[in-house]
Formats: sequence, structure tokens, C-alpha cells
Amino acid sequence: MLDVHVIRQQGTFRVDVVFRSPDVGVTALFGRSGAGKTSVVNMVAGLVRPDRGHIVVNSRTLFDAAKGLHVPPEKRRMGYIFQEGRLFPHLSVKANLSYGMHLTPPAERHVALDEVVDLLGIGHLLHRRPAKLSGGEKQRVAIGRALLTSPALLLMDEPLASLDRSRKAEVMPFLSRLCGELSTPILYVSHSLEEVLNLADTMVLLDDGRVAASGPIEDLMNRPDLQRLTGADDLGTVIATTVDAHVGGLSRLHFKGGILWVPEVDAPRGSRLRVRIGARSVAIALREPLYTSIQNIFPGRVTAFTEGPGKLLDVHMDIGCPLLARITPRAMQALALTPGKPVYALVKSVAVSRGHLNAALQPGLDS
Amino acid sequence: MAGWALSPVEVEALKLSLWVSFWAVAGSLPLGVLVAWLLARLDFPGKSLLDGLIHLPLVLPPVVIGYLLLVGFGRRGVLGFWLHDLAGITLAFNWKGAAVAAAVMAFPLMVRAVRLSIEGVDRGVEAAARTLGAGPVRVFFTITLPLVTPGILTGLILAFARSLGEFGATITFVSNIKGETQTLPLALYTLTQMPGGDVGAMRLCLISVAIAMAALLASEGLARRFDAYIRG
Repeated sequence: MLDVHVIRQQGTFRVDVVFRSPDVGVTALFGRSGAGKTSVVNMVAGLVRPDRGHIVVNSRTLFDAAKGLHVPPEKRRMGYIFQEGRLFPHLSVKANLSYGMHLTPPAERHVALDEVVDLLGIGHLLHRRPAKLSGGEKQRVAIGRALLTSPALLLMDEPLASLDRSRKAEVMPFLSRLCGELSTPILYVSHSLEEVLNLADTMVLLDDGRVAASGPIEDLMNRPDLQRLTGADDLGTVIATTVDAHVGGLSRLHFKGGILWVPEVDAPRGSRLRVRIGARSVAIALREPLYTSIQNIFPGRVTAFTEGPGKLLDVHMDIGCPLLARITPRAMQALALTPGKPVYALVKSVAVSRGHLNAALQPGLDS
Repeated sequence: MAGWALSPVEVEALKLSLWVSFWAVAGSLPLGVLVAWLLARLDFPGKSLLDGLIHLPLVLPPVVIGYLLLVGFGRRGVLGFWLHDLAGITLAFNWKGAAVAAAVMAFPLMVRAVRLSIEGVDRGVEAAARTLGAGPVRVFFTITLPLVTPGILTGLILAFARSLGEFGATITFVSNIKGETQTLPLALYTLTQMPGGDVGAMRLCLISVAIAMAALLASEGLARRFDAYIRG
């Protein structure tokens, strides 16, 4: 359990952040640049000292202003992966990897060098120096270096932000595997929705040095009042699904509301997948349409309304899980929607675009 | 060809110069690195004063430095008396005094080179080492120091060259004693004051140029090697 409450005045910017995150899994610190994400991670790592508050990791207190306790970074056992890698330029890849490992007491090492080298596919790089590595390779080595200290918590500060698209695609699978296989909890800093949907389970939404909201990703992503901060291009619903089958160019996904057909995704059966359905792509009918091209029809009921931009209305429905539809006031009147009214939600398969699906791919968590 | 052979006095002056410069540089290196680190990394009251004090030898006439050393470390100087009484070390009028004079004069050059180099080290890399379990002292010796090797080499060679050329402070502090404090520049000066000393003076002059050039080339070469090493 990570229990953080930190307050720090940095010039005119004030960080006042409180959150807790579970023992396992990935917690995303999400927010725009300048929201205070890196400051918070630096405080957890011990590189920056908060003015007030406390930091507790796995019931070990690392910082407590009231008691004047500040454990120095070298005694915190945090595996910190920086945005720019920060490899030691004068040491070989192998020496970089083992730098922290050798400083970890042998009894507390539970990660082996060979395992990490295999996992990250960096066996052929061991005798090179960092200057000879590509951006993606550097970041893989940096991940390995942090892992080999057998950390109590992994801190990742935008580990993919400095990489171009193809390098990102190179490192991303390693990160997802790590997030799935490790029992070490991860605090993942990002301003990229794609990465967060991909990797994280819990989200702490930061805005201007404060926590705007925190909780399971699906819950936060589906709150219209947070849309400004979650940074989605348009309002939508994130739904957790499991890949059930691939049939004739389509994939069948299981979720709480039933079965969702989408264009075929590149993920093995049984893998977990987050999909995002744009509110504009959801239509509402009062009776079950019979002759239609729409593949996904879910019975449910209206739960609430919120006002969208430009007089549009956002209809909240419960179809076994929440689902949002954005409609015009005219459609609203025609259907005479009221809270509690039974409706059918219609989602075109092609509206759940492949890009969105891949963006929300989360393979191998429990497969 | 006899004009090229060094006279025993000149050989002695050359050897003494190398000896004095070696100890001047070797003795002041640890302090130089420490002071450079303090100036590069810490903010403390009196920092500008320390910085100014270290740079004084660059801007003051060397004779003034020599005189101050004489007052401070001479046999009747406060520090000199104390040093002689407690540690049995005498600096006045011997090669050790010459080494101290050379070290003081060369110190700002060494500190500047090392300081620049320390300021160029990415502090993020040091922070990374901290998170990997290394305390500040270990970070200094395993990360910072190796990364400032080129700066230290430059500082060493600049300081060595400066020490070889030291004249004013040396002659004021420890005088011009053959075989004891008569280094290369002092011997050269003595030769120019003697009738028929022109050839000897020219020989010493050429040697000085050769040593200085060799030092600069060595520094350049070592820096290039280090660069190649870092680039893999």
C-alpha cells in the first residue's frame, strides 16, 4: 500500500497531493505537464523533500514531517525509471545493470540478472556503452537497472515520453509484460491517455498540484466532469472487456453488459482489453430495432443527464456497466427520455475504432 | 655540437623543476578537487570570498604572493613557526617552499578546470545513482569523479605547466639557491645576468617550450581518448 500526503511550495507553485494506491498493479499519476506529477514522484523517491506530510510504502514510513523523518533516497529501495534514462555514460550496459544490484543486500535480492536481461531482450548489448544504444534500448536498460535493485515500488516517470512512435512500440510490450508479471507495485507518471489506458489499473488525476480525483480507471474516465482533465478528445466510456473469440474479421469481447463485437483486434483469446466507446457513436432506441446493420444492441435504462457542449445532452445509461450517449435536445424530446426509462443502446462495431482498441490494449494481465 | 649539451647546473635545474612541479601538483590535487566541488555544488556564506581568494594569484603580481608566503611561512612567520615547531617542516629557502609557491600560483587554474567539469556533470545521473542505493560519497567516487576525469587531467596539466614556469613568487619566497630552489626559470634568469650565458639561456628556453608543448599535446590526447571511451 502506498500512502502519500505531500505538501510542498515550489516558488509560486504549490503541490498538495493526497492519495493511496493498492499493493499490486499499476497506479497512474495522470495530468497535464506542469500538474506536479514529477514533483510527487521525486518526493516519493526522496530526491525532493516535502515541506509537510508523510509517505508510507508497504507500511514503511519513508517521510514524516511531524517526526522529522526523511529516509535518504539510497535507503528507500525505490526503482526509479526516468524519462531520459539517465544511464551512467562511463559504464558498460552490464555495469549499469549491476550498479544498484550490488548495493542491494544479497538477502533482499529477488530479481536475477539473467532473468531481467532475457525479459528485456538486452543480452546482445551487455558490453556496449550507453552512447552506442538507441533510445528504446537505453530505456530498456534503465528499466532493467531499476528492476535489479529488487525495489519495493517501481517509479516510472514518463518512461516512453522521450521516444518516437516506433521506439515506443518497441518498449511498450516490455512495460505491459512487466506490469502484468511483477508483484512489485508501480507508480506510473504519464500525460498520455494511451499509455495509461494500456497499463494502469488505478488512476490519480492531478490538476495544478492537487488531486482532482482518484480511483479505478474506468470510473474516472467515464465521468463527464473530469473530461477536461482526462484529456480525451471527446466524451466516451471506457469498458473493461475480455477477448473471447475472433470470427470473420471481427472480435467478440465479453464485458459486464454482454458481448461487444469490434473489428478484429491483435490480442490473444482471454487477454483483457480496455475499449473506449465515444459518446457520439452511441445511439438510443426505445424498442429493440429488428432490421439494422448495428451489431451491438444493449438493453438498459437511463440513469441521468448532463449538459454537453452546445446544447447537446449526455445521456448516462446503465447497461450492466455505465455507457454514455451524446444526443441532440430534439432527439431527447422525441424519445421523451427520463431517468429510469428502459432503452436500447446501439453501438456500431466500426465506431469502436481499431486505433482506439489498440490504444487500449492491455494484454496478458492474468492470461 | 657541444652547444646542445646541458651543463650540470642546467640538468640540476631541470630535474629540480620537474620534482618541485610534481609535488606542487600532486599535493594540491585533492584540495583542488574538493574546493572545485564546493564551489560547483554548494551554496554557503562566504562562497564569493573563497572564490575570490583562490583567484587572487591570477591577478596579483607573483612577487606579492611570494612576499605573503614569506611573511606567513618564513622562519619567523606565524604559520611557519608553528609548522616548524609542531611538524618539523621548514618551507623557507628549500625545495618544499618552492613547491608551495608553485602550488599556490597554479591552484586557480586547477580549480577552474575541475569546477567547469563538475558543473557539466548531469545531476540527474547522480540522482539516479542515489535511487539505486548509493550514498553521496559513493556517488562522488563512482559517478562524479570518473565523469570529471577530463577536467581533472586538464587541470593537472595546466597546473603542472604553470608550476614549471613559476618565477616571481618562488624567488621572493625561497630565493635563488643553486640545487635547492633554483628551478628552470630561475636558472634561465641567472644565465641571462651572466656574461656568456646566452647559449645556456637559449637551451633552457627551448627546453621550457618543449615541456610546455608536450604537456599541452598530452592533455589534448588524453581528453580525446576519454571521449572515445565514453562513446563506446
